[in-house]
Amino acid sequence: MAMTVDEVSAIENRHPQIFQRPAYKRFWPLLLIAGTVLYLGYALWFFSLPQVLRESHWERLPLFLSQWISYDLQPEFRLDQPEITPKYPRFSALGENPNPDWVIKNPDGTYTVQIDGSAKSVTFDKTRATITANGVTVPISLTGGKPVITGPVPDWVTVHDDEVVAKLGFVGEVRVTVDRVKIRKRFLGWANFVFDTRSPFFGKSYGEVISLIVSGPELKPGTSNLALAADNFWNNAQWQHGDVWTKLLQTIVMAFLGTLLGGIVAFPLAFFAARNITPTGVLSQVLKRFFDFMRSVDMLIWALFFTRAFGPGPLAGSAAIFFTEIGTLGKTYSEALENIDDKPREGVLSTGANEILVQRYGVLPEVVPVFISQTLYQWESNTRGATIIGAVGAGGIGLKLWEAMRTNSNWANVFYMVLLTLLVVFIFDNISNFLRRRLSRTLHDYNRLQAERG
Amino acid sequence: MTSATLHSDATRQQADAWRRQTSLRRFYTALGVGLLLVAMFATMWFADEANAGHFFDRLPHILDFLSWLIPKDWNDVWRALFDIASPSDKGTQEFNFPLGRVYVWGGFYIPEYFELMLTTVNVALVSTFIGFVFAVPFSFIAARNLTPSPALRLVVKRFMELLRAFPEIVIAGVFAAIVSIGPVAAIIAIGLHSIGALGKLFYEINENIDMRPEEGLRAVGANWFERVRFADLPQVLPNFMSYTLLRIEINVRISTIMGAVGGGGIGEELKLAISRGFGAKTLALVLLLFITIILVDQFSAWLRRKLVGEQAFLMSA
Repeated sequence: MAMTVDEVSAIENRHPQIFQRPAYKRFWPLLLIAGTVLYLGYALWFFSLPQVLRESHWERLPLFLSQWISYDLQPEFRLDQPEITPKYPRFSALGENPNPDWVIKNPDGTYTVQIDGSAKSVTFDKTRATITANGVTVPISLTGGKPVITGPVPDWVTVHDDEVVAKLGFVGEVRVTVDRVKIRKRFLGWANFVFDTRSPFFGKSYGEVISLIVSGPELKPGTSNLALAADNFWNNAQWQHGDVWTKLLQTIVMAFLGTLLGGIVAFPLAFFAARNITPTGVLSQVLKRFFDFMRSVDMLIWALFFTRAFGPGPLAGSAAIFFTEIGTLGKTYSEALENIDDKPREGVLSTGANEILVQRYGVLPEVVPVFISQTLYQWESNTRGATIIGAVGAGGIGLKLWEAMRTNSNWANVFYMVLLTLLVVFIFDNISNFLRRRLSRTLHDYNRLQAERG
Repeated sequence: MTSATLHSDATRQQADAWRRQTSLRRFYTALGVGLLLVAMFATMWFADEANAGHFFDRLPHILDFLSWLIPKDWNDVWRALFDIASPSDKGTQEFNFPLGRVYVWGGFYIPEYFELMLTTVNVALVSTFIGFVFAVPFSFIAARNLTPSPALRLVVKRFMELLRAFPEIVIAGVFAAIVSIGPVAAIIAIGLHSIGALGKLFYEINENIDMRPEEGLRAVGANWFERVRFADLPQVLPNFMSYTLLRIEINVRISTIMGAVGGGGIGEELKLAISRGFGAKTLALVLLLFITIILVDQFSAWLRRKLVGEQAFLMSA
């Protein structure tokens, strides 16, 4: 359907409010975008982002991520001693008597270390080393005072002054000098997750462990094998299950206790703060400013104060959440009270009930679902928040996470704790969602009522 | 049997049933409250046991603890805030106010704490912006009624859930090792979290929109982008903005905390001042942070009221 110019202008004249809007209304989206772009330019300069990005080490990201789900072993072979023997670093994941099947002593006296089966391996004795990988064999002569590669050098091998480094990808690397061969072999998974190397159960298959627990002789006299296994697991030196789970429980407790106490204190105060219920307007104003104060003095400030007052630990964290929640819940409770329908109250009042009974039967039934829903919502968000608060010393898993990351080496432990945290957040989200859904019908009616009243 | 006794019989039965139900309900309420109280006292005991200092041991010393907070000279609070030299300065860190001055132009300087506060607020703003930019397209993909493909919807939804639940501190820790410790790592961490948090709120709004404009555009053959742009976005944008402003309020708080664990900004200085017991500096920082948060909250509340009216302050389930 084509329109003539007249018809178009007729439509324009009929709806001037659409076609001839004031300039500020027409241009505000443009201004907003321009403002945002300007601000971003400023932020770019403020955080000197180009420089930060130039100096960043993105190559570390895949390395970190691979460390989350894998571990490596680093045997070293000294070539300057009478006999070549593998040496493992102290606290290696293999325990005290490592004899892995990927380190092979050949009949002719050479050693072969299989880094990825026989496809990626290194064979060496005191005079020469041969690295095989990616279908190429690289012979290295060790007799001339420094390692020399005879033949072409593939791009995965780097030759330094006194060292040849072969990077074999995810599975590891080989470093060869004249007097030693150093190997890093990477394994997928978490090493010694259940029992650490000092445990008598170390290195045994699940079947063996179970049969030991069920019917084996006592490994440690006077203790049942089940208790010993539980103790070994709980006190696993590498994974610290006991400590991690206790800290996790602390985080949960902090959120629970802080929110609950906040709700208990905010509940009576909210009645005095609500404009329509308070005995005096002055009290209402004072309480509302008090709520604002508790909320605006950040959770961080409360956490730092209470950490100083009570020492680091979950008590400080609970108190910080408690104080912030008095403000947040007090504010939301009193707002809910101000939005109630006055008729039930008047009805109860007309029967001659006293002030407390009016609140109990005229107000409470209407607001309790809202109160509970808001409290659950805060509980849920505090469960997440308690993790960060912990990192400043307020107890819980946060501090442990932060310390594990600071050492920059134990990323598998970090990932373990992250998984547990995610699990907790997931479970508590679902509990809170379930409870709130059961309340939501009441709330739905409440909101509809509010919408109708404008 | 007369009708009067029959009537009263029925009434009595009803009354009995009502009484039974009420007492059952009261029993459950009492049980619930009882369990909650038990849990409360058990967790209180647990928190107290696990803490370095115990509640009742430390309680009498709370006032001693607060005494360091009261500065010898109240004017030091202002001096700390505006980096003006203090007569108490004996060369210690407690009163070295002028050292932190950030000179911009000749003798004109920004006081250190204002600069730090600015960093914290900028971290919050930029990360909220990142959150908004990614959350908007994600929310249209994740909304049941608007999604271009159900499989993609599930992926995006799960991804946003992961971003929301992933502890920010771990993201910050990883990126601190990559882009060096400081505000940029904090921006990335808070930004990623904001994508998840805003995305969830946004797609819930999207699922409640009026579908008629969308159907109209579908009828004239508009593709997905056109439908989202011209039918859906205009409906939801005010609500999006409202939630984004709310997010700014939250992010200012988070970025303060991030600062305390190495994310730059005012949090770091605050942690230092409190842990060393610098009364004047602590008061100056708390005052500045307090005022900033109130300003941000008030501004955001004002803007939200303008955008979506009282609806912005309704209870939500």
